[in-house]
Amino acid sequence: MNAPIRVDLQLIADMVEPGTRALDVGCGDGALLAHLMNGKRVDARGMELSQAGVNACVANGLSVVQGDADTDLRDYPDAAFDYVILSQTLQATREPRRVLEQMLRVGKHAIVSFPNFAHWQVRLRLVFGGRMPETASLPYKWYDTPNIHLCSIDDFRALCRAMGVRIERAIVLNSKSRRITLPPLLANLIGEQAVFMLRRD
Amino acid sequence: MLDDLTDAERKALAQCRHAVLGVDRPLRLDCGVDLGPYRVAYQTYGTLNADKSNAVLVCHPLTCDQFVADRHPVTGKDGWWESLIGAGKVLDPDRYFIICINVLGHCMGTTGPQAQDPSTGRPWNLRFPVVTIGDMVRAQAALLDHLGIPDLFCVIGGSMGGMQVLEWAATYPRRVFSAVPIACAAHHSAQNIAFHEVGRQAIMADPEWKGGDYRLHQTNPARGLAVARMTAHITYLSEQALQRKFGRALQNRDALGFGFDADFQVESYLRHQGSTFVDRFDANSYLYITRAMDYFDLAGAHGDVLANAFRGTATRFCLMSFTSDWLFPTRESRAVVHALNAAAANVSFVEVDSDKGHDAFLLDEPEMFRTLSGFLKGAATVRGLGSAIR
Repeated sequence: MNAPIRVDLQLIADMVEPGTRALDVGCGDGALLAHLMNGKRVDARGMELSQAGVNACVANGLSVVQGDADTDLRDYPDAAFDYVILSQTLQATREPRRVLEQMLRVGKHAIVSFPNFAHWQVRLRLVFGGRMPETASLPYKWYDTPNIHLCSIDDFRALCRAMGVRIERAIVLNSKSRRITLPPLLANLIGEQAVFMLRRD
Repeated sequence: MLDDLTDAERKALAQCRHAVLGVDRPLRLDCGVDLGPYRVAYQTYGTLNADKSNAVLVCHPLTCDQFVADRHPVTGKDGWWESLIGAGKVLDPDRYFIICINVLGHCMGTTGPQAQDPSTGRPWNLRFPVVTIGDMVRAQAALLDHLGIPDLFCVIGGSMGGMQVLEWAATYPRRVFSAVPIACAAHHSAQNIAFHEVGRQAIMADPEWKGGDYRLHQTNPARGLAVARMTAHITYLSEQALQRKFGRALQNRDALGFGFDADFQVESYLRHQGSTFVDRFDANSYLYITRAMDYFDLAGAHGDVLANAFRGTATRFCLMSFTSDWLFPTRESRAVVHALNAAAANVSFVEVDSDKGHDAFLLDEPEMFRTLSGFLKGAATVRGLGSAIR
C-alpha cells in the first residue's frame, strides 16, 4: 500500500513511532506525510512554502498549510507534536538556529536531514576546482541556490552542543545513500547527507 | 404562524421541508430576546445512513438559500451549488445526506422580519430582533436535534456560509467532524461593513420602504433593494473579471447616448442583477442578514484571541480562498489558519488562483473541486465512511 520513498525520508519515517503526531515542515509533494499516515497511522500534518505543493497535497487528502519554516512555526503551541520534521530544508532557512529552537519547542523531538558540505567531493571541487561545488545533493549554481546556510555534519553537531540539545540519533549516508558507521572525523568526510533526531535536554 | 406568507415563501415551502421549533423552549438570541415558536425551512438530498455518520450541512451565503442543488422555486434557475452537489460530483447524495437550512432572518421560509409576531399577530418588520451568525447556527443545531442528527461529517459553506462554518466549529466542536470555510473571515472588516451600510441606506432611502412596514402599505422598496444588490454585486467580482466581461463595451448601441440610460454593458448588467434580485429577496431580510454578517467577530467573542475559539478542537479543517477575492481576501483565511495552528488543530489551507473574485466559490473552479474531493476523501477514511466512498 505504501510506495517506496526517498531513502532519507524512509530513514526519517523509521524514527517515528506509530500512532504519534508529526509535523513535516517543507513537506513538498507530501510523500513522507502519506507514508506516515498510511503506514504508521501517524496524525501527520504538513507545512509547505509553495502554494502549488500545498494544493497538490490537500487534493491527495493530506493536511497541509502554506507556511514558511522561518516565520510560521511560531504560531504553534509548545509540544503540540511528538515530532517536527525538517528534511533537506534547514540549509535553505534564513535563521537555522531559530528554526531548530522552534522545532524543539513545538515538538518533543526534532528530526532534521541535510546535505553535508564537508563531503569529500565538495571539498575537492572547492580546493582543486576553485569553483563553488555542484554535486548530486547540491545541484545548484552559486547564484540560484536556495541553500544559503550550508553546514557540515560537524558544524551541525557543534550547533547542537551550543544549543544544549541532545542528539538522540545520528545517521550518515554516503553518496550511494547507504548508511555508514564511521568515527565522526571520517563520517564528516565520507557522508553526503545526515539525519539527526534531537530533543531538548 | 404559517399564515401570512409572502409569495416567495409559499413557493419555497411547497418545495422543501420545514419544522416549527422553539414551541416549548424558545431560542435565546444574542440580543437577549427569546424567539419562539419559529419556523426553519430546509432542503435535503440523499439519505441518512444507519449510524447517522454521513450528514453534511451546507451553509448558504447571504443571497442564496436552501435550494442548493435543485431548481429554484421562484427564479426557476439551477441550484446555486450544483457544480459541487449531485450524482457523481464532489458531494454526491448517493454517499452523503446533505442538508441546507434557510438561515434565521432570511426570507425563503425560515422565520424572519416578514413573519408574524405572535404577540401582536402582525408582521415583525423592523420589530424583529436583530439576529447574529451565532443565532443562525443555534437555530440550525436545534433543527438537527429535532431531526435526531447527533453530529455532522462535514459543515461547508462560502462567504456568510463560511462564517457559519467557523461558528459551528467554535460552538459545537464535538458535532463537527470536518469543517470547510471557504472565501470568508473570522470577522467582517470595516470595508465590508461599509459596503453593507451603503446597501442598507439605499433600501431605507426608498420612499416605498415605509420604515420597514411596506407590506402593510402595500408598497415595495424594490428600487432601494436593487441598488443594494448592485453595490454588493460589484464587491463579488474582481476588477479583472469586470474588465474582461464588459470592458467599455456599449449596450445595444454604436455610440454614447449623452444621457443616463445604460450606455455601457456593465451598467445594463448591474441593473439586470438588481431588478431580478427583488423578485426573490425581501428588503427587510436584506437589512437583517447583512447586519448579522457585520456583527460577526469570532475573536471578539473569545477574549480577542481567535485561537481560543478552537482550543482542543478535534475537527479537521480545510480553508480555501481565491487570489482575486478582495471582499474576503486570502489574508483573512490565513488569519484563521494561524489561529488554528495556535490551537494545534488539523488544518489544510489552499489558495486557489482565480481572477473571478469573491464569486469564484460559486463557479466552476476545478482546483476548488480537487481540493474538496481530496479533503473529504481523507476525512471520510478517518471517519470510517470508506466503504461509502468510491
